[in-house]
Amino acid sequence: MEKMPGWADAVLVPLISLLLAAILSAGVILAIGENPVTAFKLMVDGALMRSAGWGYTLYYTTNFIFTGLAVAVAFHARLFNIGGEGQAMLGGLGVALACLYIPWPHWSLALIGASLGGAVFGALWALVPAWLQAKRGSHIVITTIMFNYIAYSVLGYLLVNVLRPVGSMDPATPKFPETTHLPSFRDMFSTADTILFRGAPANVSFFLALIACVFVWLLIWRTRLGYEIRAFGHSETGANYAGISGVKITVIAMLISGALAGLMAVNTTQGEAERLILNSTEGAGFIGIAVALMGRNHPLGVFIAALLFGFLYQGGAELALWTTIPRELIVVIQALVILFTGALDNMVRMPLEKLFLALRRKEAS
Amino acid sequence: MEGQTETGRQATAAPSPEPAIELRGISKAFGPVQANKNISIRVMPGTIHGIIGENGAGKSTLMSILYGFYKADAGEIFISGRKTEIPDSLAAIRAGIGMVFQHFKLVQNFTVLENIILGAEDGALLKPSISKARKELRALANEYGLNVDPDAVVEELGVGMQQRVEILKALYRQAQILILDEPTGVLTPAEADQLFRILDRLRAEGKTIILITHKLREIMEITDTVSVMRRGEMTATVKTAETDPEHLAELMVGRKVLLQVEKAPARPGAQVLEIEGLSVTDDEGVERLKDISLSVRAGEVLGIAGVAGNGQSELLEVLGGMRAGRGKVRMNGQEIDLAIKYSDGKGRRARGIGHVPEDRQREGLIMDFTAWENMVFGYHDDAEYQSNRFLMDNAGIARIAQDKMDRFDVRPPNPRLLAKNFSGGNQQKIVVAREIERGPDLLLVGQPTRGVDIGAIEFIHKQIIGLRDAGKAVLLVSVELDEIMSLSDRIAVMFDGQIMGEGPADSANQIGLGCLMAGMGGADTQAMDGWRISEAAAPETPAQEG
Repeated sequence: MEKMPGWADAVLVPLISLLLAAILSAGVILAIGENPVTAFKLMVDGALMRSAGWGYTLYYTTNFIFTGLAVAVAFHARLFNIGGEGQAMLGGLGVALACLYIPWPHWSLALIGASLGGAVFGALWALVPAWLQAKRGSHIVITTIMFNYIAYSVLGYLLVNVLRPVGSMDPATPKFPETTHLPSFRDMFSTADTILFRGAPANVSFFLALIACVFVWLLIWRTRLGYEIRAFGHSETGANYAGISGVKITVIAMLISGALAGLMAVNTTQGEAERLILNSTEGAGFIGIAVALMGRNHPLGVFIAALLFGFLYQGGAELALWTTIPRELIVVIQALVILFTGALDNMVRMPLEKLFLALRRKEAS
Repeated sequence: MEGQTETGRQATAAPSPEPAIELRGISKAFGPVQANKNISIRVMPGTIHGIIGENGAGKSTLMSILYGFYKADAGEIFISGRKTEIPDSLAAIRAGIGMVFQHFKLVQNFTVLENIILGAEDGALLKPSISKARKELRALANEYGLNVDPDAVVEELGVGMQQRVEILKALYRQAQILILDEPTGVLTPAEADQLFRILDRLRAEGKTIILITHKLREIMEITDTVSVMRRGEMTATVKTAETDPEHLAELMVGRKVLLQVEKAPARPGAQVLEIEGLSVTDDEGVERLKDISLSVRAGEVLGIAGVAGNGQSELLEVLGGMRAGRGKVRMNGQEIDLAIKYSDGKGRRARGIGHVPEDRQREGLIMDFTAWENMVFGYHDDAEYQSNRFLMDNAGIARIAQDKMDRFDVRPPNPRLLAKNFSGGNQQKIVVAREIERGPDLLLVGQPTRGVDIGAIEFIHKQIIGLRDAGKAVLLVSVELDEIMSLSDRIAVMFDGQIMGEGPADSANQIGLGCLMAGMGGADTQAMDGWRISEAAAPETPAQEG
């Protein structure tokens, strides 16, 4: 028997968690002598009230959708992919190589090529931990974390010693050619009279992220592979009974997960920076864990959670800009949101379940 | 503590006419489900009271209320005539109630003594508690014939012994009332007999025992009175001597039940499955199957009898493609490759082997999948379940599942419900429907009715016999000897990874099979006509335990 209706589980629980996080954050802001209401207004103004704000929010959202989906897909196979960060870094390398060394005639083709590059590099970076887990039982949490550091070092080495243009002091690749530049929201939505999304980094890869959401939904709930991934995730012994190879599922799920994380680089590297820099991921790989957690590993949930975290990122940047609230406090607020929506999930869920049971009993009697 | 002991002992010395336990008007609802409706019983001290009922009838809920896991919505509990509140299990223990769960709650790597004092230590230092417990344990062992090595590590003990430790745990906590939840589910016939002797002894010493079971034979054998539960209600409480199994079964299910499987004589056809020299070594390097040879013909049921853990599971797993093995196995004359890397479940299904696995919750079903998803589990690659090259035909599968659920009487007949929300019997019906409806040439069946209620047992048995009568081969593994004897056409007995004997079911008898299950040959087995007894079976019958 269901303990509470599905909508309560999907909507009410995260909403209440969010509210609790907001209240606690307000307390923290009060404690350092700022007005939480003004702060919140500033965040909303900066992130949502102007098209440029939206341009930033959606840019971050795009990143979090990709990394969130990456974590979600792996999690359906009960694999905890902490390596989104490293996979996205390597994805950046793939994107950069595709943009730099292939003469694309048009950005649309460059987008396809760079996406392939990012996805393949991200997937290959996930392959090694997956293989170690499937064949040797090395715990994927440990190996993927370690692979983040390796990715950072590999990228650093390549940028400094191989890809850096002669004479540059910056550990970054040269600018990508003009034909690979993706249309930004400004290019796409501005009319002759009004300029929208001025200076904002959101670009066409946002739509790639939406396509990825649909793709993941189809994959997990409509295909045989998704069926097998979920079956293996729920019960390894069951998978063994049904003739589903755990080695195969582990490797494939991680390949898809790594590819999704790698795709994030299309947004940051090709779409925004238009060159590969050292720290282009900015921790988005880790935020993806929280996004997947909060989004219940469902693409729609991931999308909504990514939007929320996009808002927090952009709103937080605004706060740091206009108030004396230090940048670190924004991290505190984000951490509180993660804590309440992810780790303390049951704290909210249990009382709610009891409440619904009590309500139902009253109805019954 | 000391004072309580005194009063406890006095109570047993002179049984008062007050009932040891009296429940008055207990009701408990989970949401809209009324698990217990206005239940009243009286259990007199020094008796064994049986509670039977189908799965989901509310037995466990009632006992959980008595043991303080749940709080009743209404009703009162009286212990030895005194009204008692039991808000938690500590209060239950203080009231003299001990519970032996179906799944033991022992710390596997602790010794017997350590397990017994766990939660009942006298102070921060263990030594005094342990030496006190050791003394106490010796006294209990003498009093009730409960002999267990106090220094043995629990994981090294057999199931029967572990159960004794659970009973000792309760007695150590001065329990006057013992509740046993399906205690024989994991025991061999011999172990069950020993348990009943212990219960007999406890009863003679004045303890009150509540025995929850779904096995009518046990009720008839040991209880003084029996209560029958159906759909949350107590439908009858009768003296065991004044009733019979058929009547009890009817009270449980609410209709007449056939306890004996009706079947026509087998008409065996061609060899379907031939096993020659099959061996299996597990991950730890232990040989679980030793050079086994068997065959199953079309239109017959071969039953594998044996105490759990003697290689039957491994046999099913090898044949079902879940585990690698060595030797020769031919299916319809074609050899099967036994050296698999991970799982060959799909390959085996393609060759016409259906498999109802021993553990439906961990293997046969994905508990977090819906019923319709489970209805194609293992067959999900088949062309008929796809709508195109990429996507599965979910709507079509749901329709097929609905149809199968209707025909196999799975309740509730809702294919969108998660598997974990069905009762054990209905879960098993989903597995059986899935495997039988494919019309496999060979059906592997492991423990088909474990944890399944009587109504569903009757149904599942009929389905198995139906498959046999349709000319298919069935390999049945069960630890329930009754089930093996009533369903099988031929029986093979396994012990320590070997076949101890094999022969027609007609000439088999409980005693002879019991000897073979313990690895013994001897006169009782020789008396079974047409049986081939293995040379590995020791010639002597086991010496009777004192």
